[in-house]
Amino acid sequence: MIVAKRKPMNEIAEMVAPYKKITVIGCRSCVAICLAGGEKEVKMLISALKVKNRKQGKHQEFEGLVVERQCEKEWIKEVEGKVLGSDLVLSMACSLGAQTIGDMYPEKLVFPGLNTGMFGVPEEQGVWSEKCVGCGDCVIHTTGGICPVARCAKSMSNGPCGGSANGKCEVNLEVDCAWSAIYDRLKLQNRLDLIEKISPAKDWSTSHSGGRRVYVREDAKLTPHQKKGKEGTQ
Amino acid sequence: MKAGSNLEKVFEAGKFAVTAEIGPPQSANPEPLIHHAKMLKGHADAFNLTDNQTAVVRLSSIASAVVIMREGIEPVIQMTCRDRNRIALQSDLLGAGALGVKNVLCLTGDHQTFGNEKNAKSVFDFDSISELQTFNALRTEGKQVGGEIIKDPPKVYLGCAENPFATPYEFRAMRLAKKATAGADFCQTQAIFDMDMFEKWMDEVRARGVDKRVHILAGVIPMKSAGAARYMKNKVPGMIVPNDIVDRMKNAKDQKEEGIKLCIEQIEHLKTVKGVHGVHIMPVAWEEMVPRIVKEAGLLPRPTFA
Repeated sequence: MIVAKRKPMNEIAEMVAPYKKITVIGCRSCVAICLAGGEKEVKMLISALKVKNRKQGKHQEFEGLVVERQCEKEWIKEVEGKVLGSDLVLSMACSLGAQTIGDMYPEKLVFPGLNTGMFGVPEEQGVWSEKCVGCGDCVIHTTGGICPVARCAKSMSNGPCGGSANGKCEVNLEVDCAWSAIYDRLKLQNRLDLIEKISPAKDWSTSHSGGRRVYVREDAKLTPHQKKGKEGTQ
Repeated sequence: MKAGSNLEKVFEAGKFAVTAEIGPPQSANPEPLIHHAKMLKGHADAFNLTDNQTAVVRLSSIASAVVIMREGIEPVIQMTCRDRNRIALQSDLLGAGALGVKNVLCLTGDHQTFGNEKNAKSVFDFDSISELQTFNALRTEGKQVGGEIIKDPPKVYLGCAENPFATPYEFRAMRLAKKATAGADFCQTQAIFDMDMFEKWMDEVRARGVDKRVHILAGVIPMKSAGAARYMKNKVPGMIVPNDIVDRMKNAKDQKEEGIKLCIEQIEHLKTVKGVHGVHIMPVAWEEMVPRIVKEAGLLPRPTFA
């Protein structure tokens, strides 16, 4: 899932300071699960901003709401009135959610309440770790199911580098060395022959390096007729 | 001969090679390089110029190479994958070739979080092995990694590094074999303090026949103090300094002298390890000690070729 962190309170307060009527919109998907922008976090943020305002004798109007998935237009449509009726939307979704609202209502200001960090997984309560960077060319069937692009600080294709000590990464001694883990996994699976092979220079053109990616599935697209029908039902 | 460098000739002649590192300055002043080149001339077969080592911005390794070549000594330029993508790496290899640089050490590079530009965007388009593979294809077939065939490819002798003291230990000889397959002609090891562990690694290297495919330069660091020994032991990931060495440094009356003595003893021993074809001295800002170490380790005079 997409893992995000709430921006520091002072940064948010400063960002929203010039505006009067602020709608804070959370999301029930990834950011709710990673405890950054779900219903609870939206409520907490609003009360913190209100407390701050009370201390400073400042008045702003806040309204909080949460949509199912902020990155999908259908869910934003449902709260269109709130978006259009506010001076500022503070999105508590990942940047995808914030940009979806912004792209739908280009005249409205939509500011990010979160810093979107990574594709990660919850390891335990309160701990999320990065496991994919969306390179567009998955190789984990050859690396014991462990992604070296995301989990190695140097995204090495032929690791581990000389800084791997006790199975930990030299960049952060709290973090496992990806290639040490790959070695152990392949050994366990009796597939060490895979790590003996050289991985040639990676093709990064499928990643962001190849330019902004837009995936089109012709077979999934709606015909103009179907599109019209769908609009009619809304 | 692949490049006809002095270092290549020393290896091909079956002589025990000596290389030493020169750290380029954190300035645009070439004088420290010229000073070290004059002082070290004749004491090693080639001199390594680090490429922004530990991610600290320094005078570039290729420019440094040109400075020391003017003083009549041979450079080994280090080229890391941290700061340059395949376009820049291949371009710089052509440039280095045009300037007469004949030895290139391929490294993935220290991560930028260790250096003085921690906010940098890392590149790591390649790692050391894909860099070696690319440079090897470029020098032998004139073929770029993207497939384009070029005229007048660079003639370079390719090196790599390997660390017998990084985990997983049992993979380290295999990893050197990968580098040999990718095109490495020689290898510099991480500084050796745990001789038993190094010899165990060399056993595996020989068992795989890798010592026959790549010339191994055993890395040594002369230590200035017990503090330096402790620092490397505790703070540098992938370095192993046994307690008896730390104690020996700590108990010495003259720690600097002890560091030099220890380094000379290590070299004397390394000369006897089968498959080790030379030493690589990393003086870490103590370049002035290199002539003495080389002399007292019985490595003078250095071979010359007509």
